[in-house]
Amino acid sequence: MSMKFSKKNFADRTKDNISDDFMRQAVASAQERLHGRRLDAAEELGSWEEWRSHGEEIRQHVLENLDFYLYQLSENVAKRGGHVFFAKTAEEASNYVRNVIKEKDGKKVVKSKSMVTEEINLNAVLEEAGCEVIETDLGEYILQVDDHDPPSHIVAPALHKNREQIREVFAEKLDYHNTSKPEELALHAREKLRQEFLDADIGITGCNFAIAETGSISLVTNEGNARLVSALPKTQITVMGMERVVPSFEEFEVLVSLLTRSAVGQKLTSYVTALTGPRDEGDLDGPEEFHLVIVDNGRSEILGTEFQSVLQCIRCAACVNVCPVYRHIGGHSYGSIYSGPIGAVLSPLLGGYDDFKELPFASTLCGACTDACPVKIPLHELLHTHRRIIVEEEGRSPISERLAMKAFGIGASSNPLYSMGAKVASTAMKPLTKNDRISKGPGPLKEWTDLREFPAVGNTRFRDWFYDQKGGK
Amino acid sequence: MTGTIQNRDAFLGNIATQLGREQKAKVEKPEWKHQPQRRVLVNASIDELLEVLRVQCEQIHTDIVETTKEALPAAVDGVVKAYGGGPLSLWKDERFAEYGLSKLLETDWPSQQIEVNCWDTSLGEKNIELAEQANIGITFSDMTLAESGTVVLFSSPDKGRSVSLLPTHYIALIPKSTLVPRITQASDLIREKLNNGEKVPSCINFITGPSNSADIEMNLVIGVHGPVKATYIVIEDC
Repeated sequence: MSMKFSKKNFADRTKDNISDDFMRQAVASAQERLHGRRLDAAEELGSWEEWRSHGEEIRQHVLENLDFYLYQLSENVAKRGGHVFFAKTAEEASNYVRNVIKEKDGKKVVKSKSMVTEEINLNAVLEEAGCEVIETDLGEYILQVDDHDPPSHIVAPALHKNREQIREVFAEKLDYHNTSKPEELALHAREKLRQEFLDADIGITGCNFAIAETGSISLVTNEGNARLVSALPKTQITVMGMERVVPSFEEFEVLVSLLTRSAVGQKLTSYVTALTGPRDEGDLDGPEEFHLVIVDNGRSEILGTEFQSVLQCIRCAACVNVCPVYRHIGGHSYGSIYSGPIGAVLSPLLGGYDDFKELPFASTLCGACTDACPVKIPLHELLHTHRRIIVEEEGRSPISERLAMKAFGIGASSNPLYSMGAKVASTAMKPLTKNDRISKGPGPLKEWTDLREFPAVGNTRFRDWFYDQKGGK
Repeated sequence: MTGTIQNRDAFLGNIATQLGREQKAKVEKPEWKHQPQRRVLVNASIDELLEVLRVQCEQIHTDIVETTKEALPAAVDGVVKAYGGGPLSLWKDERFAEYGLSKLLETDWPSQQIEVNCWDTSLGEKNIELAEQANIGITFSDMTLAESGTVVLFSSPDKGRSVSLLPTHYIALIPKSTLVPRITQASDLIREKLNNGEKVPSCINFITGPSNSADIEMNLVIGVHGPVKATYIVIEDC
């Protein structure tokens, strides 16, 4: 799957999803649980704001000095016998991975969860080259088995599916005969996948953080699948977005502490694994060969711009879990593998305004995302910046909105016109008003009144009312 | 053997250009303005840390057994039997002897037909197969993080990654003296070793309870790809 996974336009995607009652209820309850757990974890830790400030200063320092830390990282990976490939584009990255696998004559690939491999469309490239690619994170496995259903949440990719739907998919594709109990479904996946881990010749992982000082990469999971992917196959290929580096273990542990608390409210997940190079001499498990692919794919163009802070992101999805818009439209409406507030900021930057110009408008600018972010990315301000650029520089706002704004501009800047407009508004809207409410609005009001009523325009203008009050004089 | 590096110069040069400066050859880490992690549990006594660990074990669905060195063999035997016995997969680790477990491993269990497989470099990949078939994996904890309830395992040729991963159950033996407040102290130790010229192990695992997933309707399922149950046995040694 590449970053963009839908050909439908934003309005149609939203319409489809907003009528999916299960999805909306699932998203709402997931948001509440994850949000609640995050708040509990933050409160238990105490001085959460100071933790956030520390996370922010680390991430900002890394971005300001990114060339140095990537140099140091690559030197230290190579010192330990690992191979490093810097990929400017998605194609360069996925072609390199394909070539390594070809050279190794690899047939079966097991993968642990990685957003960047989705972004570079890796699975499709490898499948085209004749490899069998198996996702091993339970959520991603479910989606893959269900004919590559796209993920709807960065941390919980199959959030939009209920257990009965999963049972049906397993029954149809995996010869599953048990009930829809999550325990039984998970056990079936464990059994199916265990053999795949043992048979695979290639393991592909993402990377939560790379550690420059030691040349290590790290994997944060609860299921243990990333450990299997990195312990059993003979060749390991790790793909990372170029910004995901930290100076040393000192900063690594701080960011991991922020990540696990913000993502799932855990002090640490079941497994945090730091891997350095391929297996050491004498080791019997772990890969014999290790490759690290460092991906740019549009990230460097964000550096040095007013959007630089978005690269501070540690992919915890705390912003997604508090977003009122995500709550109603769900992950699939975004049409990008990156959904929620972070997706609305990042997708237009990595994928361009042509495909993602609506996303920055799918926000109430309430700022809940900014408050939730453990590394203090000013998300709602970045959304606002996108809007400004889209309207001012790109001239891409909807034509009806532009005309309306123009008309308002003319009307509001001329006192007689404004007075007249305000006086006749009540009369003009009268045919549409019933019991002081407007339930079938015209033009731009229609989207609103499809779902709720609009209050009727009052008979008295605010300024008249104001002057009638004693306080107005 | 040194690995290869491809496309680095152009890639990093572009980053420097985007940042509006020359490429940097040296960067000093700043003195961080905030260090909240250094204050967590920093004045806690070892017994207070143990209490934190006890409470945390409930959160992470992990059983905790506390024992003396003398009673350790019986305690380990008890947990092994409760998990249904062998086959067992163990690290090759001198601490098993130091903590008085040799008789249990070498005599008692084999005589009860409980299969014991210690990691053995001469067996090559057979070790992985044995770990995969094992009912229980047993390792010591190299460092134990009270706050999160985490055991830290440093890999080596005698201490395979598979032992704590492939068996159905996992037992961590935790000398009480390995308790530290949190992951901060583990990171400090790793950096200290590095500064003393030691190599970082190829694999460092921070393990916090059994494997789990909440991917189906956000319901917690304990036991997915790694062990389905875990017990920590804390040994009074200080």
